[in-house]
Amino acid sequence: MKMNGARIMLECLKKEGVDTVFGYPGGTVINIYDELFSFKEIRHILPRHEQAGTHAADGYARATGKVGVAIATSGPGATNTVTAIATAYMDSIPMVIVTGQVPTALIGNDAFQEVDIIGITRPCTKHSFLIRDVKDIATIMKKAFYIARTGRPGPVLVDFPKDIQVAMGEFSYPDSVEIRSYKPTVEGHPRQVEKACKMILEARRPVLYVGGGVVLGDASEQLTVLARKLGVPVTTTLMGLGSFPGDDPLSLGMLGMHGAYCANMAMTHSDLIIAVGSRFDDRVTGKLATFAPHAKIIHVDVDPTSIKKNVRVDLPIVGDVKDVLAQMIKFTEKMMDKTAEFVAAMEPWHQEISAWKDKHPISYKSSTTTIKPQFVIQKLRELCDENAIISTDVGQHQMWTAQFFKFNSPRTLLTSGGLGTMGYGLPAAMGAQAAFPGRQVITICGDGGVQMNIQEMATLVQNRLPVKIVILNNNFLGMVRQWQELFFDKRYSQTCMELPIDYIKLADAYGAKGFLATKPDEVEKVIKQGFAEKGPVIMEFKIAREEKVLPMVPAGASLNEMVLNA
Amino acid sequence: MVENEFGVLSRVASLFSGRGFNIDSLSVAPTNEEGLSRMTIVTRGDDKILEQINKQLNKLIDVLKVIDFTDGSGIEREMALIKVTAEDESRAEVLRIVDIFRAKIIDVTPKSYTIEATGNPLKIDAILDLLRPLGLKELVRTGSVTIGRGAKGWKG
Repeated sequence: MKMNGARIMLECLKKEGVDTVFGYPGGTVINIYDELFSFKEIRHILPRHEQAGTHAADGYARATGKVGVAIATSGPGATNTVTAIATAYMDSIPMVIVTGQVPTALIGNDAFQEVDIIGITRPCTKHSFLIRDVKDIATIMKKAFYIARTGRPGPVLVDFPKDIQVAMGEFSYPDSVEIRSYKPTVEGHPRQVEKACKMILEARRPVLYVGGGVVLGDASEQLTVLARKLGVPVTTTLMGLGSFPGDDPLSLGMLGMHGAYCANMAMTHSDLIIAVGSRFDDRVTGKLATFAPHAKIIHVDVDPTSIKKNVRVDLPIVGDVKDVLAQMIKFTEKMMDKTAEFVAAMEPWHQEISAWKDKHPISYKSSTTTIKPQFVIQKLRELCDENAIISTDVGQHQMWTAQFFKFNSPRTLLTSGGLGTMGYGLPAAMGAQAAFPGRQVITICGDGGVQMNIQEMATLVQNRLPVKIVILNNNFLGMVRQWQELFFDKRYSQTCMELPIDYIKLADAYGAKGFLATKPDEVEKVIKQGFAEKGPVIMEFKIAREEKVLPMVPAGASLNEMVLNA
Repeated sequence: MVENEFGVLSRVASLFSGRGFNIDSLSVAPTNEEGLSRMTIVTRGDDKILEQINKQLNKLIDVLKVIDFTDGSGIEREMALIKVTAEDESRAEVLRIVDIFRAKIIDVTPKSYTIEATGNPLKIDAILDLLRPLGLKELVRTGSVTIGRGAKGWKG
């Protein structure tokens, strides 16, 4: 059947199983929106800013594991998506972003609302396509989705000129896709896996160091089975939280700059680090020269470029983490005797670790007069649904959430780890809520980041997305203030948000409910009130203004040089 | 070996600039195979950097294969077009140098010779060192192209 390019695009999305898209209309996508007007199979959510719409597609993708889809018009619409695309790229989130483009005849003419979005996004997309013929739409879309979700996932941008949207063509969606220059390695090499297992069984102080790859690769189950079977302690990165139960005795919590003392000490004293879907980021390793000085390193990752990029690796395994972990489980099962011996020999290591756990647990000084942010996080954890999805913004509240929430299952924490994008939390929660209307979705924000995409309150109310917005308000850009306190002589340059905002009235202005707690004994009541509301809610907590995130490894210091009390 | 796709050159170039790798020279042209172009890139770095460059290039969707010639297994050639001052007594000297390097004169005026020289880049450097004192007016180098030794093609 003949149809126009815009309609072909929608048919492609439908074929890919897309049920929700986040997009913002404009001159060069008006034809897509015209087709969407009568296309009922896809739910379209209109954000109030293209950045937020694209973050929402990202939140949708992280919560579901499916490819998130965002649409924006050419020029400013497209540039507004860039921060969100870079956010997704750094955290390897599968997304397809469709941008309108001026008609092909005008490309390069500095036409109205023209921008070279492919050029602008080249370093922060996994790949990008410019559609130049209506015949190519279906194959390009098939490739775009395939590239976005396979291998190390990532955002793919499709630039769609207006004249191609209008052109008529035949729609036929390819059943399969073949890209001769793109063949990601999925299966880990069995010989390498066998070697890895032998190395593990010979180790006496092993640590599993787990990153977002385990969440993205849906390998939590395999990880948990392997860790428990072998009794190997597990530390996760920020992105890996939830991939292993936070309340399991083998869990060391998060490692790195604001990681647990026991996790960083375990890395420093380990004789074998098994890195799974993690990439030795600078926030994790601290000073590279003194990182894990006694350890051999096994590195499992689907992306070969992650291996040996920052640290030496003794045994690389390129492959899908789920496949490799499953192979490891099988192999260790075959070597029952050796495995039993290994588990027994690790007893002193476990004792050492529990001594570190007891010496400096993640903790804070409680107060009866001011609200401690950590207390709010603990109360949220206690009172929320077991399967609640939490998103965060970036800064102190993000680290307190990572330290105190104890995530137990994957895809329940949505946070911008790599890029560290303020303004991510609220729209990401919006995307997750659109995917799971029946689940509790909470975004934990600071007063800085929440104002970067606060306009999305309107989207929440309009689309009946009952996101619970928690604002930990210290009237500071708290993380930068903390650095200024510790490293810049308390010179609080431009970090005090001097104008107090009445968030309760703000919620009211958008047609949502707002609740405020100023004292510790009001915290529980406000959370209960907020959770009981059917619609979107702001819960504001006026927290201790100069509370710090501790422990902390100062930038450039070794992991075992932690500031524990400052 | 890269797919002849829109923007492939800028993807490769921006990978090098974005990650702080050097490009000493880069040449690109279509090959005998439909839809495929070959880029020859001369770069520098320690083993760790070269390994990253190799992997990062492989990661680009349009890159079909990265062939590493850092072990010296390839035959490397470059062409230079050189316009050199040639007046009176230096005219004969230029011709002698051209002859020794088995280069060619491709354009002549009363005041200049234009030379086409082909060879290993070190050979090009050598002829340039000899011509420089005589007065180099203009120089164009293609950058290296390299092919593996032996009977096997790039596919093995």
